[in-house]
Amino acid sequence: MDQILSDPFGWFNHLLHSLLEGWGLSPGFISFALNLLGAFVMGLGVLFLTLFLIWAERKIIARIQDRLGPNRVGPFGILQTVADLVKLVTKELIVPVGADLGPYNLAPLLAVMSVVGLWAVIPLAPKLLGADINVGVLYVVSIGAISTLSIMLAGISSNNKYALLGAFRTVAQMVSYAVPMVLALIVPTLLAGSMGMVEIVEEQRSIWFLVIAPVAALIFFISSIAEVGRTPFDLLEAESELVAGFHIEYSGLRFGMFFVAEFLHAFTISALTTTLFLGGWQGPGAAEYPLLGLFYFGIKTALVYFVVIWVRGSFPRIRIDQMNQLNWKLITPLALVSLMVTAVVEKLVVEMGLIRIGVHLGANLLLLALTLWALRAYSRTVRRRVENPMSGLTQSAHQSLSGE
Amino acid sequence: MTVTQLVFLLTGGVTLGAALMVVLSPRLVHAALWLILSLAGTAVLFVLLEAGFLAVVQVAIYIDAIAILIIIVIMLTRRVMIRGETQITRNWWLGALSALILFGGLLILLDMVPIIAIDTPPPIADADQLLEDLGRSLVDVDRFILPFEVASIMLLAALIGSIMIAWPLTTRAEGEGDQ
Amino acid sequence: MDGQWAFIGLLLIVGLILPAVVILFNWLLGPRKPNSLKNSIYECGIETVGETWIQLKSQYYIFALIFVVFDVEAVFLLPWAVAYDKLQFYMVLEGVLFILILAAGLMYAWRKGVLEWV
Repeated sequence: MDQILSDPFGWFNHLLHSLLEGWGLSPGFISFALNLLGAFVMGLGVLFLTLFLIWAERKIIARIQDRLGPNRVGPFGILQTVADLVKLVTKELIVPVGADLGPYNLAPLLAVMSVVGLWAVIPLAPKLLGADINVGVLYVVSIGAISTLSIMLAGISSNNKYALLGAFRTVAQMVSYAVPMVLALIVPTLLAGSMGMVEIVEEQRSIWFLVIAPVAALIFFISSIAEVGRTPFDLLEAESELVAGFHIEYSGLRFGMFFVAEFLHAFTISALTTTLFLGGWQGPGAAEYPLLGLFYFGIKTALVYFVVIWVRGSFPRIRIDQMNQLNWKLITPLALVSLMVTAVVEKLVVEMGLIRIGVHLGANLLLLALTLWALRAYSRTVRRRVENPMSGLTQSAHQSLSGE
Repeated sequence: MTVTQLVFLLTGGVTLGAALMVVLSPRLVHAALWLILSLAGTAVLFVLLEAGFLAVVQVAIYIDAIAILIIIVIMLTRRVMIRGETQITRNWWLGALSALILFGGLLILLDMVPIIAIDTPPPIADADQLLEDLGRSLVDVDRFILPFEVASIMLLAALIGSIMIAWPLTTRAEGEGDQ
Repeated sequence: MDGQWAFIGLLLIVGLILPAVVILFNWLLGPRKPNSLKNSIYECGIETVGETWIQLKSQYYIFALIFVVFDVEAVFLLPWAVAYDKLQFYMVLEGVLFILILAAGLMYAWRKGVLEWV
């Protein structure tokens, strides 16, 4: 019993192993079979989790908007997503004429695959994770950008100019925001001394990286939200603008898969933010009792996911040129500067413990203060330009300035 | 036939087949997609060689950045929707013959090289240590610091060069295209 | 190490096959009544006018290009960050120099005005 509590996943693994050995299979085949079983369980689990996530999001958004949300199907409307799924299954799969069938069918599969693949490297508990590779951070970057590829495929193969336009705008947004995301990911690597997620979580045993590098955490959070394509960056699905964007020509569960991929991606980036900046499964007593670590991980991820939904319910959608300016003129330079500051400060401060944390925190807050001051100065010049139009400008030029 | 060998043969076959389809595809977009498959196959080969870092670098740079760049460039030209004729010219047998001769020559050369023991390869040092050594050698004064900084200048040059080429196109295309 | 990558490969394959199975269900269960109106391309409820293809802006190319440059930069910086603990101070400054050179590239793009979305 003691061993079950202190190492439940190892014990379970050992149990399965000896069971399969008892059937007389070779060890290579056993490890393959266990890997396959684990992958299957993880894939199915993550997809079932999505049903619950969609319900949670609809409920919380509804409450933020002062209404009830789904509450008919099942207790508290929990089975609403199942009902939607059943409805989608019985829809006709309409394929537009002239569509390129290979990429057209492949796109939703790739979208889901890229998100499910991310879960392989996230440590859920001290001994529970899919694959303990030592390049976890770069793996996250590379697999995450496969979803960009899937959107491009969807837009190109749909034989529809609106899908093409929407897909290209989406890809431009995702590719732009991948730059600060990758730069912000270098900061936890630097602080932990390794690219592996397991090491990053273990290095946060004394202090979370959120405290040491809040600017990097904020940048990662914001650019991840933009990568997923959620409000306030969801202009890609703006029904009034581009009529549903790249998935116009998808019907039934092909569209459902894109939908599932988006919601799951939002939860996955919450899990990633938790792992990289909030300490993953770290917490009092988590090292001895791994199940407690799993619990902490769940709570933290749910909290970050709640913040993601909260942001969705609170902010208006921003325009594409504003989104562009925000990325290249604010977030990317900030990411570069924060990386340089963290690197230099970490080497200069030889003291460990509270002084180091204090200096890092001070440097980051100084950076934030400078940024906010620069933003204030910029907004003041814009406002002055709008309120006192220079003489000689035509009406249309004035209007284009006020749209800044 | 171990599992690794099976996976290697499968991956090699897929990579070569995809590379062949890149050349033979009549539509440019399809060619780009086969290229992506071929690059992914190379990444799997890197994993089989226990070079995990190189595998993710391959996916992150080639598939995520360069392949998307290639597809965007393809879409920027007007020729993408034209279903080209078959890519096999009339004198294809000449190309096949020269490729075969080259392959035969390579085989003979390899035969002349002294036999390498095809046992289990020597154990690669701890992968974490390798990565750390790589990082250290990139900034070590005795090792690769100069190529490291020159690489950044080269990237800068590439950035400036492409902006200089593409920028007149951006301003010229302001009248046409989408909003 | 190999077993870990095997898990990743299997998870990716499972992630590819599961939605395929789900879509297969949809294909089996859904009605199949194609007619020319349903299958036509969507254009806000009216008939498609002109070619279903448009000229795209070269702005997209610039963004993808800047992403390539910064992606390669990040790939160079990651081993530097992994070895960070063992580095001396001047080595850290060399990495900072690397970042500064590419930040200068971003500045150039900013001043040239290619980052505007017109």
